Amino acid sequence: MKHKTASVDKGYGVFLIPGIMAFLIIIIIPFLTNIGISFTKWGGVRPPVWIGLSNYQRLIGDSVFWLSFRNNLILLIAMTVIPTVVGLLLATFLFDYITNNFGQGVSSFFRAGFYLPQILPSAVIGIVWAWILQPDWGVVNFVLKGIGLSSLAHNWLGDPSTALLAVMVVLVWFQVGYPIVIFMAALQRVDPELLEAASIDGASWLQKFYYITIHLIRPEILVVVLTTTIYTLKVFGQVYVLTRGGPGNATSVPSYYAYKNFFETQQVGYGSTISLAIAVIIILLTVLFINIQSRQEKAESA
Amino acid sequence: MAAKRNRSSNQVVKWIVLVALALFLLLMLMPFIMVTINAVKTEAEFARLGPLSLPHGINLTSLKDFWTRVNFSRTLFNSTFISICVAVLAVILSLLNAFALGLGKVKGRAWLLVFFLMANFLPQEALAYPLYYFAKFLHIYDTPYAVILVLTVIQSAFGTYLLSSVLSSFPREILEAAMMDGCNKLNLLWNIVAPLSLPTLSVLFVFFFIWTWNEFFLPLILLPSNASQTVPLALAMNQGQYGMNITAQSASGLLGILPCIIFFLIFQRTLTKGITAGGIK
Repeated sequence: MKHKTASVDKGYGVFLIPGIMAFLIIIIIPFLTNIGISFTKWGGVRPPVWIGLSNYQRLIGDSVFWLSFRNNLILLIAMTVIPTVVGLLLATFLFDYITNNFGQGVSSFFRAGFYLPQILPSAVIGIVWAWILQPDWGVVNFVLKGIGLSSLAHNWLGDPSTALLAVMVVLVWFQVGYPIVIFMAALQRVDPELLEAASIDGASWLQKFYYITIHLIRPEILVVVLTTTIYTLKVFGQVYVLTRGGPGNATSVPSYYAYKNFFETQQVGYGSTISLAIAVIIILLTVLFINIQSRQEKAESA
Repeated sequence: MAAKRNRSSNQVVKWIVLVALALFLLLMLMPFIMVTINAVKTEAEFARLGPLSLPHGINLTSLKDFWTRVNFSRTLFNSTFISICVAVLAVILSLLNAFALGLGKVKGRAWLLVFFLMANFLPQEALAYPLYYFAKFLHIYDTPYAVILVLTVIQSAFGTYLLSSVLSSFPREILEAAMMDGCNKLNLLWNIVAPLSLPTLSVLFVFFFIWTWNEFFLPLILLPSNASQTVPLALAMNQGQYGMNITAQSASGLLGILPCIIFFLIFQRTLTKGITAGGIK
């Protein structure tokens, strides 16, 4: 008998062989090679030349990199902060008010509608919005001129003072549906009797929202904040199609800056250094997230 | 009397709220609507009435022009082929990994899972140049196989993470009973674990398919020639090209949107199930 149970637990190693081989070839070796390249000067054709930490010194003093990084932090407002807050409010509103008054079907319909931008490829989002924001005949300027605000009409993506803001609007539009779907599912765990008891005790809507709803769906909030933060650090397609990081470097982000060094200016060594910097930040964030999550789980089971 | 009036005014408030929310949704969906109505206008019509007017009849010239211009049939085929291959292969690879990590007591299991999750989170730029070089070395550069190979592994990293946690709660009694009946591990995987986890596998299949369809960075660096491009890549490469007029540009947007709307309608249930099950994005 003992022998039988042991065999249920063991003898799976062979099934990991294809997976581990594939990961070695596609992820680990390229990642380590990329680290190696970051210590070299390489144009991609002739053999790379070892230059030690020069690329890292350059990174620290490179104002374009820091501008890109700052832009990336600003984009967090559009991709993490606003979607999480608006998503929480809309999800609660749909779950409480719309479902109660108009039924599940109506509330699901709205959820699907808000989610729709999420299914589009990043490049298609860029194409659609570049068309809408086009300065001469785009929809936004057409509307502004039509309602007598032609002084506000603007080359939104072409002017350094508004380009990043315009990209942010596009990203909020794209991102907001994701937290709505996650939070609406999480809200099903909130016990309506608890909310009712709180109302009887005289709790206001805001108090119930803050002390009960937010408290109970903390794990999902954590997941949304982490995944959207990582997605922001990796954002590429929208920037590539909307602005190519421009005008100047007004909307550049590190992932685009790395791409530019790899494939446009052929500074492969330096590109590797930039991409490694993004990777390190993401790895640290993931470790932090897993720590918080396991602490939360421990606190819950205690 | 007062109570009755109160109730009916409540009713009015409810409907006002619903209408306000519907208007907000309409505003959110405006980009879809704008691209659609302008893709079926003639250029003259756009010049005369601007983007907001409803089209007089449906004119398919812009769509047809753009279709032939980028050889869209070919592009659609490329995207479909790559996405289906990746979805199938990545589901198989995820299942093999998760079978071992979810059911077996493999040493260092927790660390392996973190490693898989990390592999999925890693920015593709940090792998890009070696992969680009590697693809050239293997002579699969500019062929769909380069993208299929890389994306299969990246997607299965996420699949392994999710499926392992699902399988770790797989009922042990079923496994033990099967082993008593003389099942070996391969039978166990093929005849018991795979059929019973079909719901999760289908969720993974749908997500892998859509993620691959939407992928931009890797096709951009691995598929340079027109003939091998995927839908998002072909549209991005033709954006704002010389000779593309206004309606042709909205036609290109519409052709990018339509396949995704179709997937959304077909897979809507699976999508919602998946997003809520794994925090999948």
